[in-house]
Amino acid sequence: MTPPPLLELRAIVKRYGEVVAVNGAEFTLAAGEVHALVGENGAGKSTLMKILAGAIDRDGGSVLFDGVEVELGSPGDSIARGVGMIPQALHLVPGMTVAENIVLGAEPKLSGTPFLDRAASARIAADALSQLGETMDLAAPVSSLSVARRQIVEIARAISRKVRILALDEPTAALSPHEIAGLFRLIRRLKAEGVGIIYISHRLDEILQIADRVTVLRDGAVVASVPAAALDRAAMIRLMVGRELDDETRRATAQAKDELLKLENVSGGRLRGIDLMLRRGEVLGLAGLVGAGRTELARVIFGADPRSGGRIFLEGREVDPRSPRDAIDLGIGLLTEDRDRLGLVPLMNVRENITLAGLRRLCRGPFVLNKLESAAARGHAERLRIKAPSVEAAVSDLSGGNRQKVVLARWLETRSRVLIFDEPTAGVDVGARDEIHALVRGLAAGGTGVIVVSSDLDELLAICDRIVVMCEGRIAGELGRAEATREAIMTLAAA
Amino acid sequence: MKRSAEFGLAAVLAVLCAVFAIFAPHFFSADNLLNVSLQASITAIIAAGMTFVILTAGIDLSVGSVVALSGIVATATLKLGLPVAVGLPLAVAAAVAFGALSGGIAGVLVARFSVAPFIVTLALMTVWRGVAFVVTEGRPVWDLPQAFGALGGARLLGIPFPTLVMAAVYVTAHVALAKTRFGRHVFAVGGNPEAARLAGIRTGRVVASVYVLCGTLAAGSGVLLASRMNSGQPNAGLMYELDVIAAVVVGGTSLSGGRGSIVGTFLGAMLIAVLRNGLNLLDVNSYVQQVVVGVVILLAVLLDPVRRK
Repeated sequence: MTPPPLLELRAIVKRYGEVVAVNGAEFTLAAGEVHALVGENGAGKSTLMKILAGAIDRDGGSVLFDGVEVELGSPGDSIARGVGMIPQALHLVPGMTVAENIVLGAEPKLSGTPFLDRAASARIAADALSQLGETMDLAAPVSSLSVARRQIVEIARAISRKVRILALDEPTAALSPHEIAGLFRLIRRLKAEGVGIIYISHRLDEILQIADRVTVLRDGAVVASVPAAALDRAAMIRLMVGRELDDETRRATAQAKDELLKLENVSGGRLRGIDLMLRRGEVLGLAGLVGAGRTELARVIFGADPRSGGRIFLEGREVDPRSPRDAIDLGIGLLTEDRDRLGLVPLMNVRENITLAGLRRLCRGPFVLNKLESAAARGHAERLRIKAPSVEAAVSDLSGGNRQKVVLARWLETRSRVLIFDEPTAGVDVGARDEIHALVRGLAAGGTGVIVVSSDLDELLAICDRIVVMCEGRIAGELGRAEATREAIMTLAAA
Repeated sequence: MKRSAEFGLAAVLAVLCAVFAIFAPHFFSADNLLNVSLQASITAIIAAGMTFVILTAGIDLSVGSVVALSGIVATATLKLGLPVAVGLPLAVAAAVAFGALSGGIAGVLVARFSVAPFIVTLALMTVWRGVAFVVTEGRPVWDLPQAFGALGGARLLGIPFPTLVMAAVYVTAHVALAKTRFGRHVFAVGGNPEAARLAGIRTGRVVASVYVLCGTLAAGSGVLLASRMNSGQPNAGLMYELDVIAAVVVGGTSLSGGRGSIVGTFLGAMLIAVLRNGLNLLDVNSYVQQVVVGVVILLAVLLDPVRRK
């Protein structure tokens, strides 16, 4: 007789008001299995995971551990049953040390006293890390670590609590290819020890590499749950979207037009001697490893970070954007990375978030013209197919891809001449990704100059007319459309 | 959602009024209600400004001391002996200018030098209170022209002048917060300052402006209070900052910024004023009143589902 699965979710239902987020979803996880959960934004993945984490109550269905039905009334219940969640935005306290973070919430005490046992903390932390085959300075503050190292700390915390089920939400979103390889080694190690792993990602190639089984959610229900070996990228997309997408590598032909933005010998932060030129109606890609200076360059052009030298020309005139306000007035927009921290105002609704940067145009004197503002917001929401009950809905209730579209809409509303998109499709599903790519091409076709910063080489290859590769704060080289390949980019980036 | 919180508060206020009307028949007389509005006006005017400050996740503890010193500035100006037609407007202008200056100092220190608002305004609170005692040598400024008493004491069509000022301040503040770009920027800066900056909002200017606004309104209140007392008192407005913050918080504005409304603050200020007045009419002793008001502040916050999480 086969043992019951580690985890079984049966006929789970969850409603938010009139919206059914999860509609009879089934999910099983065996020990030592990597089970990928995929679906478009809003398909119900996050809701399902929140139910497993005990963070929200379900409206129907049952949860079984080792074949026994249980109630998960609180996150504490879930942790006690060996569930570890590694969210996209890590739950670490930046000012505390590695060891303190690993034992956080379960600090060992000197027996019989209320005092912390530092030696035991260090032992627990070191044990957990060594189980992962990692070593690090236990006394270092987490704020000094890279995102990849922080993730390891978060996983080590779960390990120290005897985790049996580990759920990873978009774990590779902020990692370099090298770090992703490290994470996969770590996942395989945990798997060999019998931990069941739930892997949520939009990066389908990675799923095909690491997953044993794939469950596809669409509109809150499971449309397929099959061995990963039985799937390919196209089949997964078909299942997720329910339709065929246009070929991703469709490229519009952009003809070389006049110069829009020019940088001469720009420096600032770690940027050194940057020369860059962007033409009207062109999509220029900025490639490079994490830390190469792409985001810094985008922020310097936008006036968000100080420029220590060099000159910037817009349509031949020298300009000096010293703040985001200056840049916006000049017609330069920046869609920042990390939409939740740097883009959205969570307490504001969809409408207010969309019009935040372009509000001046929707005002008479100091007064906001309500009708005009609502119409503008609704127009963008419709065009970008933002899934929200209305533009008055709280932006924090939207799924990741829809939140990204809200920030995109904000920059469309500014009608900028130059738009810089920093990781525009990070954590966004394939359907929305395709829409955003079409939008970028459409903007360029309309005469806007677009700079796209992306760690996703396929994205750059798909939508860019030219790709500039950065390395250690400098421009390492430029590739025209004909010469741009993954290998050529990586060669320049790793120099 | 936001609306329903205000309706809830309005309902609580209505119930409270009904209870007092039953047990204290005099409560619902026009005289008494105007009296409530007069008593509430001094702190309520400041609370309108404080709402803007708290919406940016700030706080202004200096308002009570600004009330005292602005009253002294006004009364001292009157003592210069200019003809009343010149002296009175000048006195009001000088007091209000002082309030704006105090707010400007706080605003620049918070916005430009990133000092915590709590610390900046705590320091200003102490400094202004000290200055008020030093310049007056601890004695009230009195023996003032009779016309000065009219600011706090006059009635237009039976309505006390401070009540009219309060009404004008609240209408203007509501429009500024709910209908203008500035108001939107205040919410954005309180909700996510970095995102606001990257959306092109001059966040430093917004932050500095709210302190100037709050200081100005505190000074205006200070002049009204001095007029009602017919003197400039160095210990005027003591602990007002706490009454003002209580009105804002009871009104549903979040101390962590980004959420709140002027309508809420108005209801909060009225709730506290009605409570004090009603308890007075019922002859509840003033020590017990303090306990009741404190409990009501806690209840108002606990009963608001949005604030509890």
